Amino acid sequence: MHLILFFIFAGFCLAGAVNLLLQSHPITSALSLIVVMTSLAVLYLMLGAEFLAIAQIIVYAGAIMVLFTFVVMLLNAGREARTMGSRVARTVGFPAVVAILAVIATVILQAQGLGAARLSDGLTDVKGQTNLEQLGAVLFTKLLLPFEVTSVLILIAILGAVVLASHEGSVEQGTGNRDQGSERTGEE
Amino acid sequence: MSAFLQQDVPLSWYLLLSAVLFSLGVVGFLIKRNLITVFMSIELMLNGVNLSFVTFAQQWHAVKGQIFVFFVMMVAAAEAAVGLAIIIAVFRARATLDVDRIDRMKL
Amino acid sequence: MTILQFILWSVLKVAVVTVVFLLAVAYTVLLERKLVGRIQNRWGPTRVGPFGLLQPLVDGAKSFLKEDIIPTGVYRPLYLIAPIIALGCALISIGVVPFGTPEVGPGGYVKHGELNFFQISDINIGLLVILGITSIGVYGIALAGWSSNNKYSLLGALRSSAQLVSYELALGLSLVGVVLRAGSLNLRVIVEQQATQGMLTWNIFGGMQFIAFFIYLTAAYAETNRSPFDLPEAESELTGGYHTEYSSMKFAMFFMAEYANMITVGCVATLLFLGGWTSPFGDLIPSFENVFVDAGLSLFWFVLKVFSFLFLYVWVRGTLPRFRYDQLMNFGWRWLMPLAILNIVATSALLAYR
Repeated sequence: MHLILFFIFAGFCLAGAVNLLLQSHPITSALSLIVVMTSLAVLYLMLGAEFLAIAQIIVYAGAIMVLFTFVVMLLNAGREARTMGSRVARTVGFPAVVAILAVIATVILQAQGLGAARLSDGLTDVKGQTNLEQLGAVLFTKLLLPFEVTSVLILIAILGAVVLASHEGSVEQGTGNRDQGSERTGEE
Repeated sequence: MSAFLQQDVPLSWYLLLSAVLFSLGVVGFLIKRNLITVFMSIELMLNGVNLSFVTFAQQWHAVKGQIFVFFVMMVAAAEAAVGLAIIIAVFRARATLDVDRIDRMKL
Repeated sequence: MTILQFILWSVLKVAVVTVVFLLAVAYTVLLERKLVGRIQNRWGPTRVGPFGLLQPLVDGAKSFLKEDIIPTGVYRPLYLIAPIIALGCALISIGVVPFGTPEVGPGGYVKHGELNFFQISDINIGLLVILGITSIGVYGIALAGWSSNNKYSLLGALRSSAQLVSYELALGLSLVGVVLRAGSLNLRVIVEQQATQGMLTWNIFGGMQFIAFFIYLTAAYAETNRSPFDLPEAESELTGGYHTEYSSMKFAMFFMAEYANMITVGCVATLLFLGGWTSPFGDLIPSFENVFVDAGLSLFWFVLKVFSFLFLYVWVRGTLPRFRYDQLMNFGWRWLMPLAILNIVATSALLAYR
């Protein structure tokens, strides 16, 4: 059962990732990435991380990818064109990545003591707590400082995004118009 | 056949899938010419790494692996927000999203 | 229970719940038309059956038989997928909602968790699943508006998506108070934690979550794009918003998705704030020892509470005027979200004090 589910959802992951590379329109790449993220959420569920699975769907597939989809829709980015730069990148990039993948795969396949995962093998056996309780117990006691710092980080990101995406020239233009308007009424 | 299907999945298969996703993300980062698609390849790389963290958390029956994934997700969300704001600002300045044409700091 | 038995049992539950849910959606449309008619001092539909009760059947037949127009400039793959995403997400959330007591089964009383008769799946994170599916539902609207190749659709879709994403925050934060009191995200555990003394310990009264209740209701009205937050689909302002270019069955799917979301919101509100399937009298009425009466009574209370929420939805739709878009965003970000955070702080302080 676990094997069938793994093949199905790993297949979806790989198909989505390859589709991301093959598509020329960014909106279809974005949708393929959503497929990858949702299948990853199911894989997390099979590995016993139920809170992470639903956090993956809420945060990644439900918020970050919505942001990507908005930006693609707003900027109306069209299809890609083939340029000289892209040909150079293809000839150099592919062999380099294949080399990286070969190195990592060798390390993984030679590792010992990895074991196997079964569907009923959540982390729930540990001390009889659910996965959520275990996460909460560590996150709010031992790792409280990183948790609070992450919330400050997200606040900084919100402020940065608002400042970066706002219209920068409009403030000066507004005061300039106001001056011209008051001059005209002053003359009359 | 059913004995084959009743097998457990070795954790190295999950790690291999994570490595393949990561390398597909690197390929996307190198060969795609649209700025948004390059950014999406970065997110793909982050997801591949998350999968390997969760696999190791299952191997050692430790919840700290999952907490690291939690933090990676939060940082990725913050980074996506700021990165997309930068992309919008770049689009406003250059009117193009082609990586080959946004290669100079001078306007 | 072997895997095959489990799969068959789940498929049976899914089939029954889907049929009942779709019938409920169809009759909610009729309920709205009749209630809005009564609020406006006229009868609703009365011609088609006794009191107009066969009207949904005729509406369904009409949707099937209307001409399916697909404009030429649309981006076809997304145009066809968008209503599927919208309706699919609306129907999936009902899978974690428990309708009745978990102690009954087809053969008599069972222990907890052995056989979920009234719930399709008993997940430890059931509440987050509903929030997650709501987040995915935004795609249906955004993709519909963009792929329609129409200025008004795009504007309506962008406005609607921004509204949904903003009010998702207030929605999620308002539920944290309930989760703090229950100590679990499991919907069955949340209901059972409330049921100790009948109406007095429901989360809205004894649990002091009435502010969270009102925040949740307001955010849910905005999430389902219903009045007074229905600017994105207001016919007089945006020619129909994101579903302008859809006709016949695809439009009917968006329509059904909206009402299905309404029913899901009602279900979640009864589970979290009103005590789910437990009776408001609690221990005052001695429990009957009969399996059928227990099951039927729990189902009856649940349906009664969800019906009262649907009634409230239609009542608010018929009474209040629409928000303007900037008023809407202002309200969501500057009023509801800080209020929800204050509720979390107050609830944590109360729990720590005890």
